[in-house]
Amino acid sequence: MIPRHLVIAVAVLLMIVLGMAVYAWQMRGRAAAVPVAASDARPLAPPSAGPTEQLTLFVAYDDPGILRAQSARIPLPAGRQQRAEELLRALLALYLEKSSPHAIGVGADVRSVYLVDPGLAVIDLNAAFADTHRSGVLVEELTVASLIHTLSANIPGILKVKILVDGKERDSLAGHADLSDFYDVSAVNQLAIELSAP
Amino acid sequence: MRWSSYPSSHEAPPVVRREPRSRIAGFLFIAGLVLVSSFLLSAAPPKRLSVYSVAANYSLPVMQRANHDYVALLELLDPLGRVNAKLDGRRWRIRYNNVEGEFIAGQNRARIQGRAADLSSIFLLENGRGLVPVASLSSLLPRFLGGPVTVHEDSGRLFIGSIATHFTASLAAGIPPRLVFTFSSPVSPSVSTEPGKLHITFTREPVVAPASSTLTFGSNIISSATYSESNGLAEITVNTTGPLTPSFSDNGRTITLTPASAASQASSPTPPSPPSAAARPAATSAANSPGSSPPSAPSPSSYPSAPRRYFAVVDPSHGGDDRGEALSSTLLEKDVTLALARRLRQELENRGISTLMLRESDANLSSDQRAVLANTNHPAIYIALHVASGGHGVRLYTALLPYGSGDNGLFRSWSNAQSSFLPVSQGAAASISAELQKQQASVRIVTAPLRPLNNVTAAAVAIEVAPAGSDLAQLTSADYQQLIASAVATAIAATRDKLGATP
Repeated sequence: MIPRHLVIAVAVLLMIVLGMAVYAWQMRGRAAAVPVAASDARPLAPPSAGPTEQLTLFVAYDDPGILRAQSARIPLPAGRQQRAEELLRALLALYLEKSSPHAIGVGADVRSVYLVDPGLAVIDLNAAFADTHRSGVLVEELTVASLIHTLSANIPGILKVKILVDGKERDSLAGHADLSDFYDVSAVNQLAIELSAP
Repeated sequence: MRWSSYPSSHEAPPVVRREPRSRIAGFLFIAGLVLVSSFLLSAAPPKRLSVYSVAANYSLPVMQRANHDYVALLELLDPLGRVNAKLDGRRWRIRYNNVEGEFIAGQNRARIQGRAADLSSIFLLENGRGLVPVASLSSLLPRFLGGPVTVHEDSGRLFIGSIATHFTASLAAGIPPRLVFTFSSPVSPSVSTEPGKLHITFTREPVVAPASSTLTFGSNIISSATYSESNGLAEITVNTTGPLTPSFSDNGRTITLTPASAASQASSPTPPSPPSAAARPAATSAANSPGSSPPSAPSPSSYPSAPRRYFAVVDPSHGGDDRGEALSSTLLEKDVTLALARRLRQELENRGISTLMLRESDANLSSDQRAVLANTNHPAIYIALHVASGGHGVRLYTALLPYGSGDNGLFRSWSNAQSSFLPVSQGAAASISAELQKQQASVRIVTAPLRPLNNVTAAAVAIEVAPAGSDLAQLTSADYQQLIASAVATAIAATRDKLGATP
């Protein structure tokens, strides 16, 4: 004969198990209804925590076709290479805004920036950056000059820059701006001066 | 009655009557053999499917069943990854890497990763081998491989991923001209000839058609080339009036066809040369050309001071596969640059300036080919034309040189070939700018990382034309194009002495 208190305990445990199962089933349904974050192709924003730094971004403006210096305070990590990446991501965040002065395609991002001594910076853009970029000599040149001049103005010691797309060499950004050679930073700085006036 | 008058047996011995019958039978037997063997010889070669992928290039037999082409799916996937198949009655299960597919013999519906997939005709099982219709590969394979697949069903060619090898063809200047094929990847084709034709056959390479399957060159010796593909092969047929000698360079990326008589002709005195051409004859020469005499100033550098045939080279940028900017849903940059280039050539020639246009049709030309064509003609000025929907007015560009001069003694760096000519390029841009401003056009001069400006060994300017206002239709307006072409030609004519004095 099974003791009465044991039967009651088993019955209570069974009810708890059933209740937990129903609760878990409901939670699973709710989780499935939440949109998947992985489908959001926007680049990550710079880390919001940590001390911010005053920087100068060289922002392209399509309408008069110029490059304009713009101060920004953004939090930057300590590593030189990570700083370069966050710097360019902050620039791209401006271009991805709705009221962007120089719109770039959704999903455009900087995959990595490699700083190689002596004085070489390699900017690796993602495929969406180049594939969705508008075509034209000036519009492509503004993008290239904005990236390189922003990088060299804030990270000292860069003499030449190579731009890759998805880790590979590409002939041009979108049919015009040459990506097959190394950019001479001093020549691009001179170009930035030319582009600062309409 | 004729029966009664039939000759008796002693007049016609049986032996004599049987001999012609055996001869006829023998003749019929031999004729039959000849017919059968000729039929077998003339029968089409067995159909094959060539597969091109990053992992491997291979070909498979294609089987005809009930007027449909089939291939064995296991053999098709085998070189690409781990694959195995199981037969369970009429059900045939295949597993490729982590993707599972299930096919049922006699049915035109399969399941791949649990999802239905329709076949264009029924799935066949033959001796345990699963056969799928070739027509269904473009929908089936991406489900197994997880990437894009392009099937040229008629020609039996299957491309997995972005594997295609593109090519351009251009006629290089010279006497006689040479036909240069440039491929995006190394190729190793077989070359065969027949009277009037040279065939370049690609069995292993994923060579694909250019924008137009027929390319015309306007040369008496090499008139045209046609691209075709069939039964897993791609072939370029070059139509020629004389024998051609092929040579391979650039690690198999370039094939140059040289007329066999080139060597002997090169050693003899050369008559006045015809215009060089790129993909089509694109040059006309004005009489009394100021550029027809050799450069008056000695070269300060090591560049050869060859006779100048054209004073100006006009380059309608883009063309062929390279459409440039899509200015609208129906208007492409490559078409507008060509129209503008024609006007500019006319305006230059009206001012007595001999002009070479680098393309006069929708031809593919790489940046390197454009620079080579310009440099080999030793012009005084190279003008590249671009058109843009963004911004206003006209932008003039001179070369933004890449890092490092790279010059090494007598040799010049290809990337910085423009460096000695940059001052004269900037002078030409200033002159064009001044003339455009006289015409009330909005103008701006900047440097740009725009090839082939940095590769040209002459004054080199790129002109990007945007609408003066917000109306894109202005780009195709005859008045607007004429205004710009006229101003540019006037500026070049005004500075011809300065430009002509450069090396």
